[in-house]
Amino acid sequence: MKKSDSYEEFIKGIWRDNPVFVQVLGMCPMLAVTNSAINAVAMGMATFFVLVGSSFLVSSFRNWIPKQVRISCFIIIIATFVTVADYTLLALVPKVHKELGAFIPLIVANCMILGRQEAFSSRYPVRLAVMDAIGMAGGFLLALFSLGAIREILGDGALFGIKLFGENFEPWVIMILPPGGFLTLGVILLFFNWFKFKKDEFLAEVAEAERGGG
Amino acid sequence: MKKKDPDLLLFHAPLLRQGMTTPRAMRDVIYALLPATGAALWFFGLSAVLVIGSCIAGAVLAEVTFAKRETRGESLRDATGVLTGLLLGLTLPPGLPMWMAFLGGFVAISLGKVIWGGLGHNLFNPALLGRAFLLATFPIAMTTWVPAAGGFLDVYASNLALPFMQAQVDGVTSATPLGMMKFEQEVTPLANLVLGRTGGSLGETSGLLLLLGGIYLWLRRDLDWRIPVSILLTVVIFSAVLTLFDGERFPSPLFSLFSGGLMLGAIYMATDPVTSPVTPRGAWIFGIGVGVLVILIRVFGGLPEGVMYAILLMNAATPLIDRYTQPRVFGRGVDST
Repeated sequence: MKKSDSYEEFIKGIWRDNPVFVQVLGMCPMLAVTNSAINAVAMGMATFFVLVGSSFLVSSFRNWIPKQVRISCFIIIIATFVTVADYTLLALVPKVHKELGAFIPLIVANCMILGRQEAFSSRYPVRLAVMDAIGMAGGFLLALFSLGAIREILGDGALFGIKLFGENFEPWVIMILPPGGFLTLGVILLFFNWFKFKKDEFLAEVAEAERGGG
Repeated sequence: MKKKDPDLLLFHAPLLRQGMTTPRAMRDVIYALLPATGAALWFFGLSAVLVIGSCIAGAVLAEVTFAKRETRGESLRDATGVLTGLLLGLTLPPGLPMWMAFLGGFVAISLGKVIWGGLGHNLFNPALLGRAFLLATFPIAMTTWVPAAGGFLDVYASNLALPFMQAQVDGVTSATPLGMMKFEQEVTPLANLVLGRTGGSLGETSGLLLLLGGIYLWLRRDLDWRIPVSILLTVVIFSAVLTLFDGERFPSPLFSLFSGGLMLGAIYMATDPVTSPVTPRGAWIFGIGVGVLVILIRVFGGLPEGVMYAILLMNAATPLIDRYTQPRVFGRGVDST
């Protein structure tokens, strides 16, 4: 039973409560840095590290953090991890770090991260908090990667800088410009809502049939 | 037994039926565009058919794909998909690859109309939205102007580019009159502009035929005459003032009037009843705004042509204009609403 609990916390972030496609959180990095798959993945990894680390710390200290100043405590913990991520990226992949620019320090302001601390980590034991953080950050990484991959494939004919369609490919310039981010995200959200709508319709039909049969 | 001349006839409203329905209005606009489409065929040959046909195919495909099953027949019958495709096709360069034109038509209907909730709910003109998408997506292909074709059966090689592949440009390209004016200070003779013997989009080259179609539409009461009149008047007055100021630098009023997509935009796109103000005063404001923006973008902006963005910008302002130009209800005071 316990095992299925943490699995539940993990999977809900990936799909059912996906922070980007369902909760529509963290839109700023989502739209700003997904013009290529590599930038998106770097951003996703940094966010993953920050979220998992700060969820672990916040959950461990949840009984010592005074209620009145909890937000500032969360922010200090998050900011510590962001600084670590910032310098790590600068040391390991300076080129990507330069492209991401101001958006790495801005991870501090990512409402998904603070939201998870406030809503989950500060109330649940460490194991569940970490599973939840891994699920949420994984969902975020997945969303960033799918957006970045779509935009790079259409806008540049490449994935991770590798040309996919040969030299004659006509790039869709709009896709690597800001409007492309909004368009792609909108279409994906449309798909998610359509999927949910169809699923609810199907479940209603099943319930109807069961009631009729029984 | 039925009486031949009953003493009393009972009906429920509506008692008078006006023939003015959406499909009729749409068909009227298509008829009005036929002369200009014919001119496009005359100047650019089979390529015009390919480009316009792909646009219409894309638009109708989007219409069929996204329509609800119950309303599919209706949304096809009112011909808005065909009209949007045709209008979009007329604003495209003749050498555009067919797959891009198809994509443009698809985007025009899906992002320009269906996603807003269907006909009558869109904020922006679908055809212009499709064109704006194409211009931002394929800036090079959308600004490559080829000279008029040699014979009717000549097809530009770039039309037939494979999907997602670049177009091979035939080597010879020509500039539009506005481009020549802006970048080379070269004025095109007026007669060529009026008749359409210039480089440019498929349907924008012949001002005269577009004007004829507009008069037909006005006679059929399909368009609000205030909008095209105010746009064209504003353009003429504004450019006349600029010419008086410095005749060397700024284009003459007649040149402004007959060059680029102004006629096409003013008569067929700005007057779209969905995206233009409904009040008479609002129509004047809308038209003046479009006219001023056209000249501002053409003369002072970075682009040679500004009709598309001018109309799209004023489309965005339309709800606001409508709100502030509501006529006073008869019998009410100025303050009461």
